[in-house]
Amino acid sequence: MSSTYIIVTKQDGYAIAQINRPDVLNALNMALMAELVDALETLDKDNDVRCIILTGNEKAFAAGADIKEMADASAMEMLLRDQFARWDRIRKIKKPIIAAVSGFALGGGCEVVMACDMVIASETARFGQPEINLGVMPGAGGTQRLTRAVGKVKAMEMVLTGRVISAEEALRYGLINKVVPIECYLEEAKSWAKEIASKPPVAVRLAKESVLKAFDTTMEGGLEFERKNFYLLFASDDQKEGMSAFNEKRTPGWKGK
Amino acid sequence: MPEYQTLLYSLTEGVSAITMNRPEVYNALNEQMKKELNDAFKEAEKDPKVRCVVLRGAGEKAFCSGQDLKEHAGLKRSLKESLEKSYNPLIKRMRSIEKPVIGMINGVAAGAGCSVALACDLRVMSSTAKLTEVFIRIGLVPDSGSHWFLPRLAGMARAFEYAATGRDIAADEALQVGLVNRVTSPDQLEKATMAWATQLAKAPTKSIGLIKRTLNKAMTVDLDTLLDYEAHIQQIASETEDHKEGVTAFLEKRPAEFKGK
Repeated sequence: MSSTYIIVTKQDGYAIAQINRPDVLNALNMALMAELVDALETLDKDNDVRCIILTGNEKAFAAGADIKEMADASAMEMLLRDQFARWDRIRKIKKPIIAAVSGFALGGGCEVVMACDMVIASETARFGQPEINLGVMPGAGGTQRLTRAVGKVKAMEMVLTGRVISAEEALRYGLINKVVPIECYLEEAKSWAKEIASKPPVAVRLAKESVLKAFDTTMEGGLEFERKNFYLLFASDDQKEGMSAFNEKRTPGWKGK
Repeated sequence: MPEYQTLLYSLTEGVSAITMNRPEVYNALNEQMKKELNDAFKEAEKDPKVRCVVLRGAGEKAFCSGQDLKEHAGLKRSLKESLEKSYNPLIKRMRSIEKPVIGMINGVAAGAGCSVALACDLRVMSSTAKLTEVFIRIGLVPDSGSHWFLPRLAGMARAFEYAATGRDIAADEALQVGLVNRVTSPDQLEKATMAWATQLAKAPTKSIGLIKRTLNKAMTVDLDTLLDYEAHIQQIASETEDHKEGVTAFLEKRPAEFKGK
């Protein structure tokens, strides 16, 4: 698959999708987002890939949506274009996605980060939803995912003032998993990806699906969903292998079935 | 190189010397000088030829006497705004530049001038110079980071004493309590400072920067966090050219030639 804005590289058990539009701090235009979603869906179907890293460059993960594309649009054009609908497909990716963030993750960039499952950041990473300063507001999950991640009052602060927060602050509020020196944010993400790639894939898949369910359902519905997935895993070879290996005090060999 | 009106800026053998140059007012900080100090540190940070920075005052009387009170009286700016816009970014920049910064305390360092001195990584002080947290004498409190630096360098009781009394701290006391690294006679000060700076400019600069980053971190985190961080930092250091050169030179029994990378 040829791509203009996304560079995909595959390593041992995982893949890296790099947003590559460095001349505009990786601003997310519609073509880029289309390529990104396509790339993620392709990797999702690739049996060699068990975990995906999504990253930008040292200066920017993505500094926001491409303002030029939107500046002159009418409400009807925006509605019919419905450019953010495509973003919903990221949510349907079944394999774990780790965002490796350095520099700016603002507006749409922050929203893409929040659509990922885990986040490793460099000390220089900056997160924010500054849309308010352009006379609009977040439109691709910023008000919903941010609130679930950091709580109401912090989300209100960020969305209403457009204030940008540091990696340390993002860590404190639970927006990200870990902060490391800039020289090693990608290496750290790779080591997390390798670790996840070494886990039983079917269990990883159902576990991710179950955690995500927590955002969409009641506690009762979620517990039910979780339990069914747990029982379902007893139909997998990996469950038999995992539990036998545990009893026999040896390392399990996963088949992904 | 940009032109400065209130500073002298020079670069010799990897050492950038930044001289606060308003000796007629004890090198007091006016708006122009604060802006230029920010710019000069930015320049030193970006320039790969710079591997050590020396900050000093012009003349023999003062390192820096702090805020230019005459100028401030004529400005509409609040002190809060002045700190947020000028002083705080300067202090942050001095703490984040990943190159060693030596303060050459050639004369009085008072108020914000004292804070700027304390924000350096190392201090060499003239035996006739003095440090003064002068703020309380006019009913103010220390700013530009002195509340952070003082207790870390000299302990809480001394920090309180210096901040609450505003008394002069002579060079021998400053040395004894750990506020400065070395004291020399006034006529030896420049020579001793530049010798140290030149030596540091030949050191593994990238790793010195990593040490600075890690020490900054160590001031605010617990041991577990620091140990984890240190492991990352050591990995980065182990991948530098200077580490390879250091090991090779050791095996070849010759002095290492570090490039700062």
